[in-house]
Amino acid sequence: MALPQVKQDATDARLAGLRLPDGAGWATSAREAALARVQAMGLPGRRDEYWKWTRPDGLNAAEAATAKVFPNDEQPIFSEIDRVRLVFVDGVFDAKQSDDPKMAGVEIERLEQATRADIHWAKDVYGILEERAQDPVARPLAALNTAYASDGVMIRATRKAKCPVSLIYLHKSDNSDAMLHHCIKVEEGASLTVLENGPAAARFNKVMEVEVADGAAFHHIRAQGRDHERQAVTHTFARLGRESVFKSFTMTANGVMTRNECVVELTGDDATAHVAGAALGDGDFHHDDTVFITHNAVNCESRQVFKKVLRNGATGVFQGKILVQPEAQKTDGYQISQALLLDDDSEFYAKPELEIYADDVQCSHGSTSGAIDDDALFYLRSRGVPESQAQDLLVLAFLAEAIQEIENPAIAEDIRVRLEAWLERRRKG
Amino acid sequence: MLNIKNLHVKLEEEDKQILKGVNLEVGAGEVHAIMGPNGSGKSTLSYVLSGRDGYEVTEGAATLNGEDILDMEPEERAAAGLFLAFQYPVEIPGVGNMTFLRTALNAQRKARGEEEVSAADFLKLIREKAKSLKIDSEMLKRPVNMGFSGGEKKRNEILQMAVLEPKMCILDETDSGLDVDAMKLVSDGVNALRDAGRGFLVITHYQRLLNHIVPDVVHIMAEGRIVKTGGKELALEVEENGYADILAELEGAA
Ligand SMILES: Nc1ncnc2c1ncn2[C@@H]1O[C@H](COP(=O)(O)OP(=O)(O)OP(=O)(O)O)[C@@H](O)[C@H]1O
Ligand SMILES: [Mg+2]
Repeated sequence: MALPQVKQDATDARLAGLRLPDGAGWATSAREAALARVQAMGLPGRRDEYWKWTRPDGLNAAEAATAKVFPNDEQPIFSEIDRVRLVFVDGVFDAKQSDDPKMAGVEIERLEQATRADIHWAKDVYGILEERAQDPVARPLAALNTAYASDGVMIRATRKAKCPVSLIYLHKSDNSDAMLHHCIKVEEGASLTVLENGPAAARFNKVMEVEVADGAAFHHIRAQGRDHERQAVTHTFARLGRESVFKSFTMTANGVMTRNECVVELTGDDATAHVAGAALGDGDFHHDDTVFITHNAVNCESRQVFKKVLRNGATGVFQGKILVQPEAQKTDGYQISQALLLDDDSEFYAKPELEIYADDVQCSHGSTSGAIDDDALFYLRSRGVPESQAQDLLVLAFLAEAIQEIENPAIAEDIRVRLEAWLERRRKG
Repeated sequence: MLNIKNLHVKLEEEDKQILKGVNLEVGAGEVHAIMGPNGSGKSTLSYVLSGRDGYEVTEGAATLNGEDILDMEPEERAAAGLFLAFQYPVEIPGVGNMTFLRTALNAQRKARGEEEVSAADFLKLIREKAKSLKIDSEMLKRPVNMGFSGGEKKRNEILQMAVLEPKMCILDETDSGLDVDAMKLVSDGVNALRDAGRGFLVITHYQRLLNHIVPDVVHIMAEGRIVKTGGKELALEVEENGYADILAELEGAA
């Protein structure tokens, strides 16, 4: 089917400036197949239902808009946590700033290294989960990434990793346009935590494909960088085996454009998937969480907890779906999305969706948006807490339910401290 | 200590006068009680004194130790030593009771130019105060007033008062919803704070509380005014006869 002309033009314009990375073997065919997908789907358009509230123009554009590098005046995050650090500067791996990527029971390689091997586990992950997630909703920017990303890490855990792998994304150039593609495989009974932080680039397109095998556990915590003008589109694709656990949490403070898609497929019985986010921003901040969880197996649990604090005209979007297939009996699905609007100019759009084909399931969803509770504010002030500080306390309280989704208390505390510091800077600034 | 002169208050949103010339003076070291029919304006008085939005002072003044409080922000009034134990304490999900109290205490101390209390010292302080009010540590860890029973909320108000050590304490129906034992605990908590430098304004419907917290002065409020003032025996009179006689007396005088 021919694409609408606008879409065709946007797609052609973008592809004209790109070149498939060099390399041979399995990656080349994966990339070519992904390119064919992009050409067939076309890049997202403003008429697409899935992009109703988020303008894809900046993410599509042939040239990335500049985004000034923000002075890094924040306390370093995750610094007290024992971890293997892998540093990317404007989307390119920097071995010098990184730790030696060695950990017992965990293989860590660059994408480029992996593509050189004839036989590699990543072959069954790279672009595979992304492709599966193209139905029923197209995610062209993810396919674009599969085709053109030339860097990223391939992580395979074969036992319980001793410490998290920490991906650090530095933004150094005002004009950087970066794509990273990570593949993660947590083998049967193994467990792994991946941390991510930093603004990454002026424009950042990231895909992370995660295969969680039977009885395995994967935890993901990220703090997206706050450089005001930076744009990001990220996709997390996960496929879960029997009795496996997948938990992903994202904190976002500012950034002119963020679209975080998370697509999870529960394919083994008794698996658990939690996806959560705490976002906070003002002014031009546009933040979109788009989540799609498919229950394909019996007795699985999924949970989505998304909280956004919006002020000075910021925009929040939440599109969250729970799809329960006929065989997925005894599904326990929960979804909540809430926005705290600190002024009348800010807006929150939410589309919570349940689509259920099994009869013995328990699913609930809720979405609210509201202002600060005046009674609570007065109560705090009447005890001597100044208004702005009281408001911040209530903002943090509002975000707490999402932060609670992080299992590791030290990591949760890091996130909380960062959010608190952000609020405090606003208060003073 | 607290000096209220001819205070007139209307609702901000509506043309409704609620306080119609309240005069009241609570000296340091004194306990005053206010009784009065439902809707007579007792809570409104306490809210206006503590700075809640939604009211407009159309006439009159209120000072705390000589300082005009009506122009202050609620937090400034708190730092100046005013405390209101709410008739309906507010539940605040997500804010821990301890965090809340420590933030409040340190904010007040900061506003007064005093040093902040360390986490360790605060823990000691709150444990000691909580123990005397039989508030267990599990309750301290919970979010402010969340899942607290009516009586627990009231005890939590008194705990806050005990920790913050305000100069002027207004208690709005702190006795309502308390069982006999809790009433005793709360009263003991209040009595422990009674001293020469502190004033109390106790709003209540029941004489029973005033057996425990014995007032120096009892006021009757009706239709936005203090209509009668007397000693503690006035509370007994109300308990026995209700407000009818007092209100009738008033009608007659008018
Ligand atoms: N925000 C408001 N909006 C509308 N009416 C109000 C408001 N606040 C107070 N009122 C009215 O003012 C009057 C006084 O109320 P207030 O709560 O002060 O009475 P009270 O003496 O404390 O009563 P109670 O003994 O029942 O607690 C009532 O008629 C009440 O309905
Ligand atoms: Mg009242």
